[in-house]
Amino acid sequence: MAISKEKLDKMLEVYPSKVKKSRKSHIMIKDGCETQTIEANTRTVPGIITNRGCAFAGCKGVVLGPLKDMIHIVHGPVGCAFYTWGTRRNKAKTEDPAKNFLNYCVTTDMQESDIVFGGEKKLMNVIDDVMEEFNPAAITLTATCPIGLIGDDMGAVAKSAEEKYGVSVLHFNCEGYKGVSQSAGHHIANNVLVDKIIGQGEKEQADSKYAINLLGEYNIGGDGWEIERILNDIGYEVVSVMTGDGSYEDLKNAHVAELNLVQCHRSINYIAEMLETKYGIPWLKVNFIGIDATIETLRNMAMYFGEQDLIDQTEKIIAKELSEIEGKLEQYKKITQNKTSFCFVGGSRGHHYQGLFAELGIETVLAGYEFAHRDDYEGREVIPDIKIDADSKNIPDLKVEPDPDRFRLRIPEKLYEELKAKIPLSEYKGMNADMADGTVIVDDLNHYETEEFIKIFKPDIFASGIKDKYVVQKMGIPAKQLHSYDYSGPYAGFKGALNFAADVSMSFATPTWNFIAPPWKGEPLLDGKIEKGAE
Amino acid sequence: MREVAIYGKGGIGKSTTTQNTVAALAEAGKNIMVVGCDPKADSTRLLLHGMCQKTVMDTLRDEGDDVELDEILVPGYKGVKCVESGGPEPGVGCAGRGIITSINMLESLGAYEDSLDYVFYDVLGDVVCGGFAMPIREGKAEEIYIVASGELMALYAANNIAKGIQKYANNGKVRLAGIICNSRKVDNELELLEHFATELGSQLIHFVPRDNLVQRAEINKKTVIDFDPTAGQADEYRALAKAMDTNDMFVIPKPMHQDRLEELMMEYGFFDV
Repeated sequence: MAISKEKLDKMLEVYPSKVKKSRKSHIMIKDGCETQTIEANTRTVPGIITNRGCAFAGCKGVVLGPLKDMIHIVHGPVGCAFYTWGTRRNKAKTEDPAKNFLNYCVTTDMQESDIVFGGEKKLMNVIDDVMEEFNPAAITLTATCPIGLIGDDMGAVAKSAEEKYGVSVLHFNCEGYKGVSQSAGHHIANNVLVDKIIGQGEKEQADSKYAINLLGEYNIGGDGWEIERILNDIGYEVVSVMTGDGSYEDLKNAHVAELNLVQCHRSINYIAEMLETKYGIPWLKVNFIGIDATIETLRNMAMYFGEQDLIDQTEKIIAKELSEIEGKLEQYKKITQNKTSFCFVGGSRGHHYQGLFAELGIETVLAGYEFAHRDDYEGREVIPDIKIDADSKNIPDLKVEPDPDRFRLRIPEKLYEELKAKIPLSEYKGMNADMADGTVIVDDLNHYETEEFIKIFKPDIFASGIKDKYVVQKMGIPAKQLHSYDYSGPYAGFKGALNFAADVSMSFATPTWNFIAPPWKGEPLLDGKIEKGAE
Repeated sequence: MREVAIYGKGGIGKSTTTQNTVAALAEAGKNIMVVGCDPKADSTRLLLHGMCQKTVMDTLRDEGDDVELDEILVPGYKGVKCVESGGPEPGVGCAGRGIITSINMLESLGAYEDSLDYVFYDVLGDVVCGGFAMPIREGKAEEIYIVASGELMALYAANNIAKGIQKYANNGKVRLAGIICNSRKVDNELELLEHFATELGSQLIHFVPRDNLVQRAEINKKTVIDFDPTAGQADEYRALAKAMDTNDMFVIPKPMHQDRLEELMMEYGFFDV
């Protein structure tokens, strides 16, 4: 069930030679004996059907969208606004339900004559309406492609709106055509959040000593809530979440935390790094997907703070959580045992879910990321070696300095170095290290390769998104959306793992598959024809 | 119906030449519509005796989609139908998109009546983006005249426009119909322009001499033909109109390389005074 280099080469033969060369550098067969590199974060070749999104989707849809007490005004056509609104299933609740603005989709709805005459006045009118109707804590303005083309000065509009209303109005030049994928948009959003929101609050100190920020957790299907519940039980103070169920008000004071937890490294590592430079807050790579990963993460956190009461409480909560799900996984494992999966998700779940799959007895034979960079595959030590190309140069890189008043080393340097040897402090080792020899790693997996790899490996489940879900299901393979969790969740933590086990075994056990014959079952194993005169 | 577009360097006299020629054609009994494709909306000023017209884009903005033809189509000198597409003030929005929108609007409102003999498009300076190429793509204007003079920059622009025409001519019916010289009294101007036009594979359709009367008529918001029908300059425009009316030389231009253009300037140039 493995794939040889020759077979892979044959599979890629349909591509023109330049494309083949390019795609080959994005695919690797894991071999632990070699130092392997993989190409990532480069342009998708035109004509290839990719799963990727755009910079606008990454900025507005992913990073900003979940911030619940802000109104997110999409400056552009209504379609851009609608399709980045709630499709990720990022959940949020507020004490005053009228102040949860995620229920609204706000856009300038640019029409033809707005494009011709410029949309600045219309944008200002929308801000006026928003202030009158909702009076939000702050407003974001995000640019779509046509705004970049007609050159509307969103910065000027934001400035005059700030003067008029005295609330923060942040603008993001995240036109969809920037960069090679949604990853560019994450970076643009990260820059502005650090530059304009974090540190704007008056707080100088957190309310308790175990104060953390949770970064790169978007509360899909309620994941963030499940994680927060566990953290609160242990005694942590979650200062802010970036950005699932997050808020402008919390974000303003994120600078007071003692530690930043990084769940999705790709989309938020810029903030983690900048907060370390600016305020001295170290970050810890965490993973709350899977029972073992969750336990390890909780123990690493306790080790960082190093106090016995916290370590004890952590063990107590781990034991309690484990006892609550004890024996319940077994019934599902009967169904899920000895199966194989493909795990192709955005920028972190392609890695995170492999552990949870393994706990269910499912081996991941192929994995990859849609829009990650080389460091998400090979680990952060390759960052200095990553080539800067024209596409990445287009994305502004914010340089921060230590804050003269607020910079404070959270732990002594010596301890920091000691901890670094034990836990992933300001460090991410990447996906490749955790994958077994002979498994396949694919960057920016496309439609053709999806079908071919499925025919070769015949996996039992394919974990990906809405764009390839139905193609895969028509091939007779259960497909689990790990971007939106289909209609389910949470999957994080202990109880989340149980939810996931239930959903996955349901997709194996459904009688649907009896009604579908995968295409290869009707195809001959050998190609051939009868030559004339040979009969 | 013949659809004619006039291009040329900014300030070369496209609008003046177009309106005077249109006035001469109208005088000869032709039924004409002039579409100004310039956000400044001054392409029909002389025919209308002043700028008194609401542009298509302004109307569209004020009225929404509920636009009537007679709101944007105003009869001017001798019944010439005048339209200005209009557009944003300088520095905002997208003027090119405005031209596309307003020409589509004219079409859907039925402005292109069968009884028209001519439609003239007067297009702003250089073809800076797709919008300004609208009249020469999508099967609109099939005849292009380029207004030029003996000045280097005017010929540069003319040559560039010829490149644009060549691009669209290869997939459509648009053709270069001739070069109009709007004289700046440059040395050897007639010979230079004749040679330039021939080298493009086209013709110098008329040499319009420089005459201060044009300026005086313009101050009075009139074409020369309207202002002083007996003047010699009026006859020049009549001659241009006649040449256009009988023109049958429509070619795919062969634009020059920069080097060749400069060489041509040297040949006829300014140095043998």
